[in-house]
Amino acid sequence: MIEGAAWRRWVFFNIPLILFVFVLLFPFYWMIITTFRPDGELYRPWNAVNYMPFWTNNPTFEHIFYLFEETNFARWMLNTMFIALVSTLISLFCGVLAGYALARLNFPYAGGLGTAIFITYLVPQTLLFIPLAEIIRNFKLGDTPWALILTYPTFLIPFCTWLMMGYFKAIPKELEECARIDGASRWKAMIYIIIPVAVPGILSSGIIAFTLSWNEFIYALVFLSSPDQKTVPVGVTSELIRGDVFFWGPLMAGALLGSIPVAIVYSFFVEHYVSGLTGSVKG
Amino acid sequence: MLLGLFIAYPFFEGVKLSLSSARVGDPGHFVGLKNFHKIWNDSIFHTTMWNTFWYTGVTTVFKLALGLWLAILLNRHFRGKALVRAFILLPFIIPTVLSTFAWKWMFDPTFSVINWTLFQLGIITTRINWLGDPDLAMTSIIVINIWRGVPFFAITLLAGLQTISPELHEAAAIDGARPWQRFWHVTWPLLMPVTLVVVLFSVIQTFADFQLVYVMTGGGPANATHLFATYAYQLGIGTGLLAEGAAISLAMFPFLFIIVVVQLLYIRRVETR
Repeated sequence: MIEGAAWRRWVFFNIPLILFVFVLLFPFYWMIITTFRPDGELYRPWNAVNYMPFWTNNPTFEHIFYLFEETNFARWMLNTMFIALVSTLISLFCGVLAGYALARLNFPYAGGLGTAIFITYLVPQTLLFIPLAEIIRNFKLGDTPWALILTYPTFLIPFCTWLMMGYFKAIPKELEECARIDGASRWKAMIYIIIPVAVPGILSSGIIAFTLSWNEFIYALVFLSSPDQKTVPVGVTSELIRGDVFFWGPLMAGALLGSIPVAIVYSFFVEHYVSGLTGSVKG
Repeated sequence: MLLGLFIAYPFFEGVKLSLSSARVGDPGHFVGLKNFHKIWNDSIFHTTMWNTFWYTGVTTVFKLALGLWLAILLNRHFRGKALVRAFILLPFIIPTVLSTFAWKWMFDPTFSVINWTLFQLGIITTRINWLGDPDLAMTSIIVINIWRGVPFFAITLLAGLQTISPELHEAAAIDGARPWQRFWHVTWPLLMPVTLVVVLFSVIQTFADFQLVYVMTGGGPANATHLFATYAYQLGIGTGLLAEGAAISLAMFPFLFIIVVVQLLYIRRVETR
């Protein structure tokens, strides 16, 4: 706590915090206001008279209608949802098993393997996108959702494994040993005792994996080409800019609607997301 | 296991590709280090390299400073704390491409709300063409990256701060330490391990960044804001020179490798101290 007068609390605490929140959230406010602003107001030069940038008196849904009628936006949402869900499930399944194995089974090189997982989880996607594009083409997977469903786990599995490893290590061994003494096999002990205890961890890594795959851009940009296969970020980028012309209204509407699913998932599981994020940086 | 295969196979494929003369529709043949030699003498590649280091360095310093400040602000009890914490993470979870578009619209040369505000405040008299000037464009991109990264730093550092026992602060305060001294001699050293890991993550992500620059400038104006990834994309996918593109993105590898090794060694030293 800050000691002393009220003005000190304002100067050292309230004002900086308000500024932070304002700057961090302003672009989203701007996104929303642009979505509902009619074109006539949108393209008024910034130094024109009675220019009113922060509010509109004539809200309109025209940009949202445009998005659904003139573009494949609904299709992109479905694509992204499908790809994000399937690749998250695959990665969770592998991550839970691998994390458990690395945390509990005592096999040689487990430590080295753990480090290797950590290193692969650090490999950025931009390092390998060109060779991966070639591989995708050789397997004739280009322009299908499977191109992404099979490549997203390359960064999601290491992430889930790393996070789950941390969670499994934090669960006391005695819990499992009790079950083993009562006659449960290793599998049974894992499924009935350890997994239920680890549910918060599984949720955390699932949510982060979901937001990561929703967020992914470069693979989707390179591997998909036809308009009705695209994901939201790629579709918005490539279909709402024609040449040099930016359709700002629909663009912002697309950005807003495309953010909503992630925001909803996030808002339900804020605590899990935060604990997953902080867990992911524990060395 | 399977994972190694997933990463190792594309990696070797990439090395092979970067040593060949492949283009789209032409598998090409082995040409040795010719591509690397070519990009080494490429002036755009030099700009790219310089940009990437500048971008990574500046954003990391600011993200760490601002993130730590925000974390310290959040590390007290006040009403609505959970709500504030939930909201400030938004820039980090909203898809980067989509939020970057909001920024691009804010930086638009003709309709910029930033220009309007500065004009109304009397700071500028003519419009600023944010993305048309090489230096301003780079600055804009750096600002957006900082905006996106601060929440991540703040939340993870906050978690680190919360593990530091308040008793240590009280003890230091009783011994007569001033707030700044308490921060420097108590908080900072104890926070060091978490800080290092967060910085490691951020540096790698920033170094290999693609989306932000692709959306904001596409590497322009006149190739002045390219990073490794965007330049690799432009050559490899944009113009179809697959081999050269692969060579550029692989050129990131030695730098990343050195960064990771140095940081991991340093982290180990701090942790065992």
